[in-house]
Amino acid sequence: MDIFLILAESARSAVGPVAAIYALAAIGLNMHFGYAGLLNFGQVGFMLVGAYGVGISVAVFELPLLVGFLVGLACAVVLALLLGVPTLRLRADYLSITTIAAAEVLRLVYRAGFAEPLTNGVYGLQNLSTEFREWNLALGLFDPAGRYGFGSFSFSGSHMWLMTVTWGLVALMAALTWALIHSPWGRVVKGIREDEDAVRSLGKNVFAYKMQALVLGGLIGALAGCMMAVHQGAIAPDQFKPQVTFFLWVILLLGGAGRVLGPIVGSMVFWFLMNFTDKVLRGLGSEGYLPFLSGPDFGAIQLAFVGALLVLLIVFRPQGLIGDRKEMLINVK
Amino acid sequence: MSSDEVNGSAVGAAVDRMAGAVPEPGSAKRDPILVADGVKRSFGGLTAVDVEHLEVQRGTITALIGPNGAGKSTLFNLLTGFDRVDGGEWSFEGRGINGRRGHQVARAGMVRTFQLTKALTRMTVLDNMLLGAPGQTGERMAGAFLRPVWGRQEKVNTEKALELLERFKLIDKRRDMAGALSGGQRKLLEMARALMTDPSMIMLDEPMAGVNPALVQSLLHHITSLRDEGKTVLFVEHDMDVIMGISDWIVVLAQGQVIAEGRPSDIRSNQQVIDAYLGAQDVEGEDQGSGDE
Ligand SMILES: Nc1ncnc2c1ncn2[C@@H]1O[C@H](COP(=O)(O)OP(=O)(O)O)[C@@H](O)[C@H]1O
Ligand SMILES: [Mg+2]
Repeated sequence: MDIFLILAESARSAVGPVAAIYALAAIGLNMHFGYAGLLNFGQVGFMLVGAYGVGISVAVFELPLLVGFLVGLACAVVLALLLGVPTLRLRADYLSITTIAAAEVLRLVYRAGFAEPLTNGVYGLQNLSTEFREWNLALGLFDPAGRYGFGSFSFSGSHMWLMTVTWGLVALMAALTWALIHSPWGRVVKGIREDEDAVRSLGKNVFAYKMQALVLGGLIGALAGCMMAVHQGAIAPDQFKPQVTFFLWVILLLGGAGRVLGPIVGSMVFWFLMNFTDKVLRGLGSEGYLPFLSGPDFGAIQLAFVGALLVLLIVFRPQGLIGDRKEMLINVK
Repeated sequence: MSSDEVNGSAVGAAVDRMAGAVPEPGSAKRDPILVADGVKRSFGGLTAVDVEHLEVQRGTITALIGPNGAGKSTLFNLLTGFDRVDGGEWSFEGRGINGRRGHQVARAGMVRTFQLTKALTRMTVLDNMLLGAPGQTGERMAGAFLRPVWGRQEKVNTEKALELLERFKLIDKRRDMAGALSGGQRKLLEMARALMTDPSMIMLDEPMAGVNPALVQSLLHHITSLRDEGKTVLFVEHDMDVIMGISDWIVVLAQGQVIAEGRPSDIRSNQQVIDAYLGAQDVEGEDQGSGDE
């Protein structure tokens, strides 16, 4: 077991497309929870409709990829309205119950037999990234066969193209969040997070703001889903289990909710640690140090480690890595 | 700082703002800003509010008093769209506003504060204030990206906010988180913030509760100067000295109903009020116990 190799590989994954995709989805969740105080426990549902927007458009209807993105985003708006209209006037917990259920129902519907003509059921959809690779060629940015970077940090041209686009979207969405939050719109939304009745008493239409925040965060989540389809080239419904939402929550709390860069830092650190623990455990296992564990146990131990990490975080740094204690969202008494 | 204002209000106090009003429940006013009819609300079997007729005279300080649980806060909630009535209608500045939602009532110019203070604790005092300013382009999602446009409004609003903070002696706290303020300071902030909306009527639910006695005098001064600027004030309070001292008119609520109305002198000598409220408890002791903070 080479610890330096493991560190390098973990660092690679921290800057890889998966970290970028999770950062993107967590930026959406940050808009919901970090700024508007909306408890969305179904962010994976937005990723799912985004991914299948691309998947169904491209694989089933053979439409251009860009149309797939637009379909995915449109589905996110519809989903946000369906979730928000009945719940956003009610107490905060109604939204959380509804989102967690809706995301799981979506997954079951997309994998169900009757949806197969569109979704191909449990097998999912394939060949989704051809056009994305063509964009790179058309733009002439990266040579798909070439290598870029140095040492452990060298990537193929197509990987570079993917990372450029996903991290570019992350930067764009972070900038969008920054601009909104540092505007009077953001002030109203943060006020709603603090006490919506107070904001209402000052003449602001609280429901409309919450709806806007829900739609916007959902759109960013769907964008993450679109990029997931492009990155993997194939999607299947069981990639969108509730666990994804909980990873996003860990990422958000780890980085710092209510901070523009929180989700980005959180995602990079999270994927670094996920890879690091996984590789260390497997390394120890293969060298016979962990005779009582067999293959599938490693995944469970790794998740337990993430859970322990979250507990330590809440105890010692409840505001997250880059959070502001004065603006802390978790009330630790 | 403002001896002129003090003189102004002293001169103003000599005028009878309630000219022509008869001291009896449901009495008609010369120029009412708020008129309510048959406003009812019950919780389960308990009738919390059942107001047959109530008028509030424009440009006056009207106190709403009554024992704990009389329905004062519930009446505030109903009139300002924060709770739904079981029946009744009311109009503000001549326009029916029953059924309007909280933010719509506030935009119509009737702004309220809460008995349990609602400072936005993880925002700065100045941000709390700026949130009150009406008609901000930057508060619309698309407008948020037009920084040059809202930047100008922001400057004007900030000036206005700082002026109010100065008046309410919170100017040194403007960069602090509102959560760092004392209970009394939060009350002041909430009132100042409500004033940012340019209301024509302000409804204060126990504005003095928990406020440092040294600040009460200046708070009273603010309330009278609001009236002298032409605003209408309706406030809930327990401190009898305060009520008798600054009110032009007093409405007494007991078990949801208006049992008496009148000038302070009328109320002081009203036997029904004394029975239902004043006589029922030690007024001095009540002051201590009534604060929520
Ligand atoms: N949301 C509610 N649910 C049930 N009962 C309530 C509610 N709000 C107020 N009440 C009851 O209505 C009555 C009037 O309350 P309130 O308006 O707060 O009185 P006041 O402000 O005059 O002290 C009280 O008996 C109170 O217990
Ligand atoms: Mg009350």
